[in-house]
Amino acid sequence: MLLSEMKEGQEGVIAKVGGAGAFRRRLLEMGFLKGASLFVEKYAPLKDPLEVTLNGCHVSLRVEEAAHIVMEDA
Amino acid sequence: MAARKKLTIALAGNPNSGKTTTFNNITGTRQKVGNWPGVTVEKKEGHVRFGDYDLTVVDLPGTYSLTTFSIEEIVARNFILENRPDVVVDIIDSSNLDRSLYLATQLRELDAKVLFVLNMADLAKDKGIVIDEEKLSSLLEVPVISTVGNRNEGTAELLKNIIQVAETGQGPRAERRVRYSRDIEDGVAVVRDLLQAVEDKDFPYNPRWTAIKLIEDDEVVRDMAVKALGDKAGPILEETARQRERISNLFDDEPEILMTEQRYGFIAGIVREVVKRSSIKRVDVSRNIDLLLTNRILGFPIFFFFIWAMFQLTFTLGAYPQAWIEHGVELLSLGMTRILPSGMIQDLVVNGIIAGVGSVLVFLPNILILFFCIALFEDTGYMARAAFLMDKVMHLVGLHGKSFIPMLMGFGCNVPAIMAARTLENEKDRILTILINPFMSCSARLPVYVLLAGAFFAEKAGTVIFSIYLLGIVLAIVMGRIFRNTLLKGSVAPFVMELPPYRAPMIKSLMIHMWDRSKMFLKKMGGVILVGSIIVWALSTFPNDPQLARQYEIKRQQMEKTFAVRKPDASRQAVKVREMEKDKALAALEIEYTAAAKENSYLGRIGRFFGPVFAPVGIDWKGGVALFTGFVAKEIVISTLGVLHATKDDTDQGLADAMKKSGMTPLSAFSMMAFILLYVPCIATVSAIKQETNSWKWTAFSIGYSTTLAWVVAFIIYQGGQLLGFA
Repeated sequence: MLLSEMKEGQEGVIAKVGGAGAFRRRLLEMGFLKGASLFVEKYAPLKDPLEVTLNGCHVSLRVEEAAHIVMEDA
Repeated sequence: MAARKKLTIALAGNPNSGKTTTFNNITGTRQKVGNWPGVTVEKKEGHVRFGDYDLTVVDLPGTYSLTTFSIEEIVARNFILENRPDVVVDIIDSSNLDRSLYLATQLRELDAKVLFVLNMADLAKDKGIVIDEEKLSSLLEVPVISTVGNRNEGTAELLKNIIQVAETGQGPRAERRVRYSRDIEDGVAVVRDLLQAVEDKDFPYNPRWTAIKLIEDDEVVRDMAVKALGDKAGPILEETARQRERISNLFDDEPEILMTEQRYGFIAGIVREVVKRSSIKRVDVSRNIDLLLTNRILGFPIFFFFIWAMFQLTFTLGAYPQAWIEHGVELLSLGMTRILPSGMIQDLVVNGIIAGVGSVLVFLPNILILFFCIALFEDTGYMARAAFLMDKVMHLVGLHGKSFIPMLMGFGCNVPAIMAARTLENEKDRILTILINPFMSCSARLPVYVLLAGAFFAEKAGTVIFSIYLLGIVLAIVMGRIFRNTLLKGSVAPFVMELPPYRAPMIKSLMIHMWDRSKMFLKKMGGVILVGSIIVWALSTFPNDPQLARQYEIKRQQMEKTFAVRKPDASRQAVKVREMEKDKALAALEIEYTAAAKENSYLGRIGRFFGPVFAPVGIDWKGGVALFTGFVAKEIVISTLGVLHATKDDTDQGLADAMKKSGMTPLSAFSMMAFILLYVPCIATVSAIKQETNSWKWTAFSIGYSTTLAWVVAFIIYQGGQLLGFA
């Protein structure tokens, strides 16, 4: 399951972070690490971007970017 | 007496870690805002005296890391590397220790003297997080102190510690650094040894750090190594490439990714040791506020209300002080007219300097209010929500959600709007926003549209003006997409953005924000605008043809004579009428003279010289001259047209009639409106572009492309319109 496919209020654990070099590294640096648990807070009114809670802080990212993050059930 | 010791302190930290608040607490109002050399990143510097020390405090851009991901990170890293501050103070967000420590570990690797500040401990406590300060300090061998920036707690303590670190602190011991897995450490060691081997010529950077960065394929460090080592760099880089390949093959992933993960592993170990999470059920106030402010249904209406309120405050409330300033400028120029003897100097002071600078000074209230509102949005944390809401729309243009506010403000005035682009973190986003911002038709252009549309489109004027605004928006979208795919291509900035917790704004910080930016506007623009106004004045005044003046003087005397001689026996009534006729005739002559003088001036000559350029777009030389003077301020287009068409009455109607008589058609009027929408913005905007892009190249490009586009679009409108049979 991809993060971009998750629904509002769903919870999961990051299985893999993909994407191109710099972008992937940035996600890692922001704390999107394998094994981190993540909660989908909400989608913006226009369905993009989405807001997730990670380590107690709120981070938003675009749906196309969330499609690089593979999730598994909590 | 011993000289005071000078120390340079750099403040580093994540965005939203309270770095700026700490900076304000340390330096108070004694700060200088400018740009880092060569880039558009804001640089803040402040000075403070403490004991026997003079401290220069530099606020580095807020970053999550010290790689080369963004220009901000490069700026921050280069400052630490090249300027070697005496102490680097790392502001750590206590409520977000993992991510803060990621930057901290990188600072440690740089071998700088570091002091950690645990900020916002109160917020962490609310979240149920308690950090063992002493343990953190002993684990990392770095002094750690706590502050609550928002309440200005612990600032004196912080200064005391900074000085202590500067005087006594030594670099952290090697074993307290992040250790990577053996295979990576082996690679780092090989490269480090090579670097150390050539160290005879004093390699200026820490070899271990350089080796780590080379293994991470950091292009900036690679360039630095090549520069420092010359041809000795070759074999080292080859070895680095071999090590990278070896590591990639072993782990099936790039070394930089592995190292990022391992840094987080190291951090996780520390966090486990020093953080106690209490089981307090935390109430996330921010989350509750967001349930409303980014609500699916209410989010947008609330957002538009805030924007509307900001717009109203800036331009409606701002109109009052604006009127006072205008009045003041008028009084000043009246006073100067009285004091100075009439002639060239008076004309220069009144019509050149005062009028020119005054036309820019009137924007000050708008700028003060706008920046107050923006500071309020930023300090409370709402700006990130605005970006969250608008990103989808702005992304269509290739822009970031935060670009929305500058774009919208452009409809009021492009000067504060372009300055508002500072809120964008990414340099490319910022330049793109600045480049297309002038297409948001500012309020100064409206009176010109009103005049032209009113004269040539009568009851359809409203629709026509609306279509001009729409044309601006459409072209902004088109040009935005084009620039995004050509000039400003490259690493696409991901939107990954923190939505920081809402915070109550501090009045002091709001005031500092507002004043800093306004001061910059006044200072820097004052110079450019002063010079620009004088140049335009000179162009429209010289050459002062004495023959022309004499000719008119003779005409005037003749007229006086004709009015003076006649009818000695006339009634008082008739004399009065006669007087009025005389005044009217003299005024008409004066206007005729001004028009002739303008026509003869350099500006008039330029206008006529460029006549053939304007002809294909349906603008005559008078229109051309008006457009030139519009560079000072767009409203001036009207007064120049008035002067050149030598209209007798001051109303728009008189001018409209004169323009119709001169052969302008609705089509050429529409073409001219499009031209005014698109061509080089006013001098105040141009200097804002220069200031904000920090580059003459981008400024020249902005002027060039917008004016070219203006001509092309006007050409299509005029020629296309004629082909389609419009007049």
